[in-house]
Amino acid sequence: MTSMTFGRAINAGLRRAMEQDPRVLIMGEDVGKLGGVFRITDGLQKDFGPLRVVDTPLAESGIMGTAVGLAFRGYRPVVEIQFDGFIYPAFDQIVSQVAKMHYRTRGAVKLPLTIRVPFGGGIGSPEHHSESPEAYFTHTSGLRVISVSNPQDAYTMIQQAIASDDPVLYFEPKRRYHVKGEVDEAAAPQLPMGTARVLNEGSDVTLVAYGPLVPTARDAAVAASDEGVSVEVIDLRSLAPIDFATVEASVRKTGRLVITHEAAQSGGLGAEIAASITERCFDYLEHAPVRVTGFDIPYPASRLESHHLPDLDRILDGVDCAMDRPSSLAGVVSGSAAS
Amino acid sequence: MRIQVSLHTPVRHPENSGSSPIDPYVQLVSPDGVRTPDPLYDRWIEDIDGARLQELYIDMAVIRRIDTEATALQRQGELGLWPPLLGQEAAQIGSVRSLRSSDFVFPSYRENGVAYCRGVKVRDLMRVWRGNAGAGWDPYQVNMAPTQVIIGAQALHAAGYAMGITRDGTDDAVISYFGDGATSQGDVSEAMVFAASFNSPVVFFCSNNQWAISEPVALQAQVPIANRAPGFGIPSIRVDGNDVLAVMAATREALDRARSGNGPTFIEAVTYRMGPHTTADDPTRYRDSAELDQWRRKDPLSRLQALLASMGLFSDEFAAEAGRRADDVAAELRAACLGMPDPLPADVFAHVYSEPHSWLDRQQEQYSRYLSGFAGEENR
Ligand SMILES: Cc1ncc(C[n+]2csc(CCOP(=O)(O)OP(=O)(O)O)c2C)c(N)n1
Repeated sequence: MTSMTFGRAINAGLRRAMEQDPRVLIMGEDVGKLGGVFRITDGLQKDFGPLRVVDTPLAESGIMGTAVGLAFRGYRPVVEIQFDGFIYPAFDQIVSQVAKMHYRTRGAVKLPLTIRVPFGGGIGSPEHHSESPEAYFTHTSGLRVISVSNPQDAYTMIQQAIASDDPVLYFEPKRRYHVKGEVDEAAAPQLPMGTARVLNEGSDVTLVAYGPLVPTARDAAVAASDEGVSVEVIDLRSLAPIDFATVEASVRKTGRLVITHEAAQSGGLGAEIAASITERCFDYLEHAPVRVTGFDIPYPASRLESHHLPDLDRILDGVDCAMDRPSSLAGVVSGSAAS
Repeated sequence: MRIQVSLHTPVRHPENSGSSPIDPYVQLVSPDGVRTPDPLYDRWIEDIDGARLQELYIDMAVIRRIDTEATALQRQGELGLWPPLLGQEAAQIGSVRSLRSSDFVFPSYRENGVAYCRGVKVRDLMRVWRGNAGAGWDPYQVNMAPTQVIIGAQALHAAGYAMGITRDGTDDAVISYFGDGATSQGDVSEAMVFAASFNSPVVFFCSNNQWAISEPVALQAQVPIANRAPGFGIPSIRVDGNDVLAVMAATREALDRARSGNGPTFIEAVTYRMGPHTTADDPTRYRDSAELDQWRRKDPLSRLQALLASMGLFSDEFAAEAGRRADDVAAELRAACLGMPDPLPADVFAHVYSEPHSWLDRQQEQYSRYLSGFAGEENR
């Protein structure tokens, strides 16, 4: 076990993947000498050379499209998108080309492409630096989408993503880059890439989170238990596909579901989870699923982001609602006591 | 072999060959401040007399001071971020002072000196970088779009605005600013396609400051960036971007072409970003200090100072006057920043739509109910 930051764990995972497979290469803006603006690729160009760690021209569509070509040629490109808000120039290549190539060629062409995206808010950045675009990609068939929440998963799952023959979007919660955790570099992966993890068991409410909000969800569970509510926290880890079996088992036990994410509510992942769980265990639900999310607004200026981002109190408010306790959501979510 | 594609054959100035070979460009004042005649470009700046030169110097001194003050404020935690323009003063001033107020500007995030000269209040300028608002000013009041973070997107907006001018039949023009890195983006190429196809009155102004964060310009272009535009059918000029007169001459020529119905022009202003990319950047990781020293000797302000001195126009009184003007703006900027109230929670929901929207109305109502649950508590 080694204690390392989230960012360092990704770096170590990348390094391991590059050592093990000479076809793995990294490309993106500023990933070489600078080591990326978050230093996630720090030192890799020095050790693997500029042919394996490629500083590209400043062109996201170009980066993604050439990565498609490299994958055609048998390489396994790991592309860094500098910030969430800069993935959109590459959107066309991702949804029209990356996602569809395997299907169109009836499996002849594989696109083992990993797209790393530092995402989410909470770091006081200017506009376009705090977006949560994951739902655009979970809505696109042909892509796998994961979001890591701790250094161990960061280390393991980047390698799983690179090893996958499918294109994977790997969303990194940038506000957690400096959080430290224990990483076992020798252990075999505990869970397959597509599975969720139950972080702590509880009996009253199931709280589903992923990426940046996982630690907040855990804190909320601790705070709720002080108030006598037992919360089961699930770290989704994989956003496409979602491991519904794990969520379903939990909800059958608790009868109540709260989902939290930073992305806007409408048309978001929370809606997908609420609908799917309702389909799967309607008879077990004691309350309508509750969503605690960002608002349906463009990400606000940094001095307003604390209002937009779900925090401990807002998640607890959602838990209260699911528990039929007084809550600001009472009346907003049907089935609550006040409605 | 370089392909010669510039509209005019620029004059090579030997004193400008630094460590990296610099391709020919238009220069009207040498780095030591000597006015060098140019048969093609002198005519564009004939009216710039001593007094106008002094004004240009004051402009540059003021925006350099805005830069220093804003950088200090960021270090003190008062601004979220600041992208310094240190070293690029001549490129910004020479171009913006060539515009009419009815022309329209589509900037990147670094044209804060341009914004100041367009009449953007320092308070409005600071609003963006402090994190109080996405855009700080009303674009129609100063005929300048908000700062643009998405690299290259504004070039297309400029091309479209220029199409509108053509339809309206006026002789206004548009200028779009972007960096050397931006020229790699599809948007900039697409903007040139549109502008050329519709013969639109737009000036593409590329501030080639040699770096796109850690990436040298050679990663974006193998020939001078100005060479790219002629392939789209757009004439281009390469100028010494640290020479305010050369920038002005080139911009005026381009604007004249636009106003007279002769379409777009591409200007590459060869300059240097002397500071970090932003206050979050550490340039020592990728750039050596010898290069910086080399460019310090081409500093746009000391060059103009030397020219003014040689004309007997840089007296102690003038220097003091320039300093006073810069101090005043810096003081105003600091006060505006420190006195700026935080936005209100309701601002989160303001202006997402111009008409009522049921999803958002519901969320706003719910959030205000949530907040009222904290009434009486502090710090919400
Ligand atoms: C589409 C997009 N990709 C990446 C970024 C991140 N980024 C911000 S500034 C910058 C470098 C820009 O370089 P250049 O165009 O030369 O302008 P300069 O900063 O030198 O003025 C990068 C990569 C961005 N803002 N937008």
